Amino acid sequence: MTAYIVRRLCLFPLVAFGVTVLIFTLLQALPPASRAMLFIQNPEQATAIAAIIRKYDLDKPMYVQYGHWLRDVVQGNLGYSQSARMPVAQAIATFFPATLELTGYAFGLIVLVGITLGTAAAVRRDGVIDHASRIFSICGYSLPVFVWGLLLLLVFYGRLQWFPPERLSLAAGLYAQSPAFHAYTGLMTVDAVLNGSWWVLWDAVRHLVLPVVTLTYFLAATLVRITRSAVLDTLSQDYIRTARGKGLAESVVIARHARRNALIPVITLSSSILIGLLGGVVITETIFNYPGIGRWGATAALELDVPAVAGFAMLVAGVTVLVNLAADLLYGYVDPRVRLR
Amino acid sequence: MTLDALAHRLGAHPEAIATAAAVALAAYLLQKSSAVRALPALGRAAVWTVAWFALVAAAAPVVAPPPAFRDPYQIPTTSFAIEPQPPDAAHPLGTTENQFDLYYGIVWGARTAFKVTLSIVVVSLALGLVLGGVAGYYGGTLDEVVMRLTDVFLAFPGLVLAVVIVAVLGKGIDKIILAIGAVNWPIYARLVRGEVLSLRGREFVTASRALGGSDIRIMLRHVVPNAVFPFLVYGSLDMGNIVIVSAALSFLGLGTEIGYADWGQLIALSRKWILGAPGHAFMYWYTVVFPAVAITGFVLGWNILGDAIRDRADPRLRTRGSLP
Repeated sequence: MTAYIVRRLCLFPLVAFGVTVLIFTLLQALPPASRAMLFIQNPEQATAIAAIIRKYDLDKPMYVQYGHWLRDVVQGNLGYSQSARMPVAQAIATFFPATLELTGYAFGLIVLVGITLGTAAAVRRDGVIDHASRIFSICGYSLPVFVWGLLLLLVFYGRLQWFPPERLSLAAGLYAQSPAFHAYTGLMTVDAVLNGSWWVLWDAVRHLVLPVVTLTYFLAATLVRITRSAVLDTLSQDYIRTARGKGLAESVVIARHARRNALIPVITLSSSILIGLLGGVVITETIFNYPGIGRWGATAALELDVPAVAGFAMLVAGVTVLVNLAADLLYGYVDPRVRLR
Repeated sequence: MTLDALAHRLGAHPEAIATAAAVALAAYLLQKSSAVRALPALGRAAVWTVAWFALVAAAAPVVAPPPAFRDPYQIPTTSFAIEPQPPDAAHPLGTTENQFDLYYGIVWGARTAFKVTLSIVVVSLALGLVLGGVAGYYGGTLDEVVMRLTDVFLAFPGLVLAVVIVAVLGKGIDKIILAIGAVNWPIYARLVRGEVLSLRGREFVTASRALGGSDIRIMLRHVVPNAVFPFLVYGSLDMGNIVIVSAALSFLGLGTEIGYADWGQLIALSRKWILGAPGHAFMYWYTVVFPAVAITGFVLGWNILGDAIRDRADPRLRTRGSLP
């Protein structure tokens, strides 16, 4: 187990280093004047691009520039994002909580739907639920997330006016910015509860429904299929026959013996779901005009806001690597077979 | 369209007739082949869906003739009005923003879809076979280096890395192919490596080596042919995913140039209009529904086809595998 953890932990800085090299290499395709934006902190400096190119050796070989850049990155200086009109580090701090809130709710719903539906489908194999879940998953794979999101927006906002896009309505947004509302966490639903302003909570929930449903539908499909096959797999094991043989109720056999053991592959999958969410927010936040890092990244890429694209990519890669690390460690903890290897 | 007009159009595009004939022949062989007959009904329907898209793509110059002296992939416009127009005689599926004809865009978009997906599968498969094969066959430091390289690429959700690459390189169909190919190869490389690792110790490889076979000969004659079949299955499963990612890039405005026949772009063009006018929410429904049907049908066809082939290749698996 120790060797397993040590190996995983050693890989982490290596991959993080590789990620910075990859991003920096990609940026070399751009002229020095675009890359100079990586090194400034405020809009005033943007008028002195030539001086910055000289100062940071942007016309010198790549490894020289990389040294300068890495030193800046380690110190938290990620450049100035023109599309967000603030330094990249500040932009990340502004947009990340919104994305965290969105992905948090979506992840909870995905796990709930995926495990419930997957277990139900396996228990009644080839029954109505099984076939329904199969259709659900096939559609989930095949309907592109932007098509699904646009259709939801068309019906539930265009026609019914139930769930509006963006994060808050104008009134609630202004109130949330005012001194009367204290931002404890940056997660709007949590802050609304802590402030006791229920109408802001209601407003925030209404704005979250469509993006959360969009992300859930597009990612729950895989979890349903995996849970189904994992439960089917465990249902044929000897210890299930033993549990049934000793007279346990079927519901207990399913909940305690079959589903619990089936959750092991599900844990590994949940890391790919979290990573899928990080990719999915780029589209979803763009459709629903939700002010998170996904929309910021997409806008930055369109406007060639180099520091924002680099900062966004590093943030997402950092989270992805951490999620994978956590999943690996959790996997080793849950499954003794991995631990003993 | 009268028969005369049809004959005239056909005469103007000999290459299209050749392609259409090839597709018809392929469809006939598909119909006769035992592999297709053995598929479940849903799998057969998927074969026909994909074949139908291939036919539309091949026959594009006939069913949607491009204006003379223009890039056929550029959707023609008839006026400079902005507002989409509903289906009528001149535009069977209506027009979207800037009067781009939806029918033309969807038909030529099928070509774009095949061009993009097939190129990306070939690029990823080639990179995966070379890098994964070398890593698995030689092992040691080389293996470690290639695997850590895949770790770095897999540290990004696919779409995010593709967005970064396209942002840096600029718009265009070749940039999309490059970006998604760069995102996809590590999965192929890992799968090939695993396959090669298991083949490396098999008797027929040892036998070939004992007979004095060189590394290259062993790789090309014994390892690659045995390792490649699982990837054709994986490739067909990947087709649907690739078209979604490339359309997503276009949807974000990072994919093809404006007016290029591409389903993702048609959906992006519909974005401003889907909410309709006050009181008429579904006023511009055709701008989003037709491209959405095209892309969903294409992806659905490949996904079900891939599933059916995989189930046939390995009857133990009646479900879809985990995310790579």
